[in-house]
Amino acid sequence: MAETHTDKRPLSPHLQIYRPMLTMMMSIVHRITGSALYFGIVFFVWWLIAGAISAEYFAMTQAVFGFWLSKIILFGFTWALIHHMLGGLRHLLWDTGHGFKLSTVEFMARANLVLSIVLTFALWIGVYLVRGTL
Amino acid sequence: MVAFSLPQNSKVDTGKAWPKPEGGDLREFRIYRWSPDDHQNPRLDTYHVDMKSCGPMVLDALIKIKNEQDATLTFRRSCREGICGSCAMNIDGTNTLACLKSIDDVKGPVKIYPLPHMPVVKDLVPDLTRFYAQHRSIEPWLKTSTPTPQAEWKQSRPDRAKLDGLYECILCACCSTSCPSYWWNGDRYLGPAVLLQAYRWLIDSRDEGTGERLDNLEDPFRLYRCHTIMNCAKACPKHLNPAKAIAEIKKMMVERRL
Repeated sequence: MAETHTDKRPLSPHLQIYRPMLTMMMSIVHRITGSALYFGIVFFVWWLIAGAISAEYFAMTQAVFGFWLSKIILFGFTWALIHHMLGGLRHLLWDTGHGFKLSTVEFMARANLVLSIVLTFALWIGVYLVRGTL
Repeated sequence: MVAFSLPQNSKVDTGKAWPKPEGGDLREFRIYRWSPDDHQNPRLDTYHVDMKSCGPMVLDALIKIKNEQDATLTFRRSCREGICGSCAMNIDGTNTLACLKSIDDVKGPVKIYPLPHMPVVKDLVPDLTRFYAQHRSIEPWLKTSTPTPQAEWKQSRPDRAKLDGLYECILCACCSTSCPSYWWNGDRYLGPAVLLQAYRWLIDSRDEGTGERLDNLEDPFRLYRCHTIMNCAKACPKHLNPAKAIAEIKKMMVERRL
């Protein structure tokens, strides 16, 4: 009797009911930014190859990258890069067996989020100050 | 395998609203119900409990509902003081023991589900067969090759202290079933509770099976599906830190190759 019911046993709710927590969110964002960087690097390679092909082709590529929509994407890419890098540092610390106290974990998650935003803006402002344009 | 949505037979329907009892200080409880005999999808039933005549913990309310309103409500419980691990369930969005969770700590209706991403036997009772099989797989007992001493296996105080924060685990499965990695790969990833148990034997100064134990864990899934999501340590009703224990195992893996 028991066996006949086993197949039909429902799966208890999981993502649908689990309280979203910052640490859990940061973990999935780390994975998402990692994937974004993986695919985004194609554009970086394109830019490098463009420079190796010819001056005209490079100028054309520069124009594509200079388009306002491209800049927004590039801004997002910078954020993903910095967010993922800071996340990587957290993981590096964890791999040494440190930083597991719950208060530390919480602090690092917040710091990662805040710093990634601050550093992204700092980088773009820095580039603007040096180049005089974006 | 990653499946974000529930299978068709597991989607939760709106359930029955049970009649409100007499009393001025009513709290609302929404409880997951499923019975193999109904041939229906799970549902969320609503009950009201008068807090004036109810104990402070969620388990008190569950027992009161079972005694006074609905005798078919099914859940596991035994010690009612956080040492047996029977009443592990998902309350207010996190896994914990119903006997240690204060009703006052929950805002609004108290939502109660079985431990997440597990096959349901009935109502709040999950099937823990695989969880126990995984525990068995790490051989949770003392393994020695030297001759058995006349008296007990001795251990220094500092060596004994290494077991603190590990031996307290009651295998309630709150941590394992809070872990998204265990949700998606529970068939191959051992999960936080079992890995904490594994570390408890790895670090035991009396145990002589360390190399063999590490060999058994050296696997892309069994150990390395831990991505330090930290839900485990946040859920543990005994305030243990399975994530740290897992990190220590990963360190042992590296150190033995140096």
